[in-house]
Amino acid sequence: MTMKYDAIVIGAGSVGTPTAYFLSEAGLKVLVVDELASSGQGQNKAAIGGVRATHSDPAKIQICLQSLDIFSSWMEKTGTDIGWKKGGYCFPVFREKEEKILKSILPIQKKHGLKIDWFDSEGISKVVPGISKKGLIGGTFSPNDGQVSPLLVSESFTNEAMKFGAEFRYRESVIRLLTHGDKENLTVRGIKTTKREYRADAIVNAAGAHASSICKMAGLDIPINPDSHEAGITAPVKSFLDPLVVDIRPGTEGETANFYFGQQTGGQIIFCYTPIKIIPGEDRRSTSEFMPIMAKRMVELIPRFKNLTIRRIWRGLYPMTPDGIAVVGKPRGAEGLYLGIGMCGQGSMMGAGVGYNLAHLITKGSPAIERDVFNLLSPDRDFYSGKKEALK
Amino acid sequence: MVEARIKKHPILTVDVTYDYVTFTFNGKKLKAKNEEMISSALFANGIHIFGRHNKDDSPQGIYCANGQCSQCLLIADRIPVKSCVTPVTEGMDVRSLDGLPTLLEDDEAVKTGGKTPVIKTQVLIIGGGPAGMSAALELAKMGIYCIICDDKQVLGGKLSLQTHNFFGSIRDCYAGSRGIDIGETLSTNVENENTLEIWTNSPVVGVFSDGLVGVVRDGKYVLVKPERLLITAGAREKTLAFPGCDLPGVYGVGAFQTLVNRDLVKPTDRLFIVGGGNVGLIGAYHALQSSIDVIGIAEALPECGGYKVHLDKIKRLGVPVYTSHTVLRAEGKDHLERVIVCEIDDKFSPIKGTEAVFEIDTLLIAVGLTPVDELKKQAEEFGLKTYAAGDAYIIAEASAAMISGRMTAHRILLDMGYEVEIPPELEELIKIFMSRPGPVKDITPLPKDKEIYPMIRCAQEIPCNPCTEACVLQNVKIKESTIMGRPQFEGDCLGCARCIAICPGLAITLVDKGYDNTKKTSRVIVPWEMPDGTIKIGQDVVTTNMEGEVVGRGKVIAMKKSKWQNERALVSLEVPYKEADLVAGIRIREPTRKKIIKVVKTVDDDEIIICRCERVTKKEIADYIKETGTIDVNAVKAALRVGMGACGGKTCTELIMQIFRESGIDLKDVESLVDRPFTQEVPLRAFLEGGDNR
Repeated sequence: MTMKYDAIVIGAGSVGTPTAYFLSEAGLKVLVVDELASSGQGQNKAAIGGVRATHSDPAKIQICLQSLDIFSSWMEKTGTDIGWKKGGYCFPVFREKEEKILKSILPIQKKHGLKIDWFDSEGISKVVPGISKKGLIGGTFSPNDGQVSPLLVSESFTNEAMKFGAEFRYRESVIRLLTHGDKENLTVRGIKTTKREYRADAIVNAAGAHASSICKMAGLDIPINPDSHEAGITAPVKSFLDPLVVDIRPGTEGETANFYFGQQTGGQIIFCYTPIKIIPGEDRRSTSEFMPIMAKRMVELIPRFKNLTIRRIWRGLYPMTPDGIAVVGKPRGAEGLYLGIGMCGQGSMMGAGVGYNLAHLITKGSPAIERDVFNLLSPDRDFYSGKKEALK
Repeated sequence: MVEARIKKHPILTVDVTYDYVTFTFNGKKLKAKNEEMISSALFANGIHIFGRHNKDDSPQGIYCANGQCSQCLLIADRIPVKSCVTPVTEGMDVRSLDGLPTLLEDDEAVKTGGKTPVIKTQVLIIGGGPAGMSAALELAKMGIYCIICDDKQVLGGKLSLQTHNFFGSIRDCYAGSRGIDIGETLSTNVENENTLEIWTNSPVVGVFSDGLVGVVRDGKYVLVKPERLLITAGAREKTLAFPGCDLPGVYGVGAFQTLVNRDLVKPTDRLFIVGGGNVGLIGAYHALQSSIDVIGIAEALPECGGYKVHLDKIKRLGVPVYTSHTVLRAEGKDHLERVIVCEIDDKFSPIKGTEAVFEIDTLLIAVGLTPVDELKKQAEEFGLKTYAAGDAYIIAEASAAMISGRMTAHRILLDMGYEVEIPPELEELIKIFMSRPGPVKDITPLPKDKEIYPMIRCAQEIPCNPCTEACVLQNVKIKESTIMGRPQFEGDCLGCARCIAICPGLAITLVDKGYDNTKKTSRVIVPWEMPDGTIKIGQDVVTTNMEGEVVGRGKVIAMKKSKWQNERALVSLEVPYKEADLVAGIRIREPTRKKIIKVVKTVDDDEIIICRCERVTKKEIADYIKETGTIDVNAVKAALRVGMGACGGKTCTELIMQIFRESGIDLKDVESLVDRPFTQEVPLRAFLEGGDNR
């Protein structure tokens, strides 16, 4: 027997769980399917949890401002701790090149409502205790950005969605979409999983690293290719570091493009770097190179980190688009299908805002942010226009 | 104060002339042995509480004493360290860790060094215990280059903690020798092989997808690229969940043996043990040898699972063994002060009205072992050519680990293309060593009309034969085809007592029937391994039979300890004629009486800590499973932080699986925890300096 819902969300991760929450909060009968055994077990749990509206793309700025609103009021709204910490984001700058980039995007950031300012080296030293002052020019600090625990976020969205009646089915993979109409003008009205068929008027693809294959089932060719990144966490120490820090210089070791870290509410320092040489593919097994390189970068920026203890490392995937911008909205030629994909490693910070907008789009016919700005994330855009997100 | 150190020991050499260093704990000046672990130095000074947990202020102390659990964290010279693996040094400033540590505001730039060195080897052996060393020696015979990594300061693994004589056969696994001596023999042999490189103080912390293995070698991180990986990392102790199981004073027998047998520290004067397998029974014996009284042993099953000879020897000394009993709860303000033990029914449920209290400050947990196999799983996932031997493969006796190490070495050689054959006797031996002890049978009928003869009370089939090789006249024989058979005495006896000195089970006595025919007394020689002064020549003692029941009284007429007896004393007792064949031992303590208590608080799940690192209770986990219906341990981890702490789920994972089972979920359906490096925490500093000197 086919089961009928108002909306089906494919993927119970960073995007899928908030989408399910906002849809069910709006009164829809929602089903979430995920191939893994529980929510957040894909790339969500690999995220380090930074949430910033400090972007250059207006849509990302606005959507992340909404994420920040959702996260910062979550405790009040639901009584659940999601590890929210309003510690801001700091981009310290050591070279003119980065100073120029960051200063150039300040106007657009401010225009779209982000609270952010340029600080001199003295100011940055206060924001980031123990930062190496050698060559420090200054940097930006956006005090309203923050951090969450991605694990608790997907867990909490799941629980709250369930309270509104959403159903979560795990260990079920989607094998095809139930469609009718011709190739150019499909209507998607359900899914067939490894277990059974489900029907709904709205199908949301929030399948993260595997989103591309779901799109293909509807004949859509959305270029999303995962590459892999490693991250780690230390044993906890007393709280001393407020912001999440992004050092966007390439590392002296020649391997790292940038690196970032922050201190969680529990005291652990969580960290990650972007390799210069992108590692495409879905390999999530840890490498021997990561920690030695990471350790050097960490103490070069903050020497007192030498006394930390490394607890664990892991690897996750960034579902990348060619222009580094997420794909959110209704694609042409696949009626009934909605996309919240290609988060480029920012699913955890964008997910709440994306879910909010998708729910708005499905239930009210329009996104929660201005349509023009929202359209910057359009699935129908030219992914190879050459325009790129500056703070990818 | 008087230092809590072991001052005399029947087996171990107690050197009282060691070098002292002075250190401070929370500002108070204390003395320690130079280079001993901080935790042992604190125990020697009577300090058992090392800090308070940041989540709930609960007292923290020793739990594993093995570098695995992080419950013994404290601050040494302003940096948080695991006190059980950090040596104390002159002038060290040690402080309790109350809450989270403060990151030292030391902003001096550090030299970051070059690339982490990658060292190639043919076989990397993780763990220098009985299995690892036996395998290494076999590989060295063929000239294979191996690196043996061990996290301790010396090779030997758990052999270094075993003061008792081993079972098995002399030829195959040094039976009749003590674990500590076997450890030394093997490590000397390993040191003498020039294709074997020994890395002590070098925990292996991760296996990576690129086939490299991360090792913290003497505090510096290096990578090893082995052609093959052999994991002989041994076992870790299972645990029990009950209210108070997390109190300082409740810890594993392994931790206890480390304190007493390695560090000669006396953590308590009296203790209780839960678990009547070989580990618990041997632990009790080791306690008594360290002048620590054992108030009792509780075993959940109707019969102890350990060898009968191990059980009997502690019963003879007067230790009560409570079968079909368990620990209901442990109580105390900041440290264990008492345990409440009760009888359980055939469904392991407590029987009301049987609760008894024992006032003790130390409770040892000995409820089985589980293989240390997380590196194996990761290595296999990453496609490394991986092997495992010893307890890391299957839990068994150390004798079996040695055989298993040799067998696995042969397998490695075969895979490497060497034309070797796995000796068929090894296959046979491994089967024998893995088998459970046989049923208890009647002992051999008494030798008639002999004046001098051994009484061999080897009633259970276990793999052991040293007595047959010790007999000068070769009159002790095993008639069955394997060493599982029981030895029998036939013919004449010279009265040399070699069989008594060597029997690992202390199951042989020598009877000299007509010692004093006027008094109608016989002389019985019994093996004796208790501290000097426990009994004295001329003393009137209570004699017991093999199982510890009182036979009568005897007089100690001689006590002999010589080199060939392997530190074991032979005690001659003068006993009446009719008791001579029965006497098997001497009682040194009156069996404790159970004190039944009337009012007992029922056990609530919210009193039971499951995840020690993150202080998560059984109730929280059970409720979460019930409310969400999850079948994923990773979901429990994400929501409650179980397994996210310092130990990475080493202690709690099995307990969590048990809660899933108790919640009515088939464990086959449960998604298991995803393992990631590192298997133990690594100081960030270790990654910085690796490249400098290579």
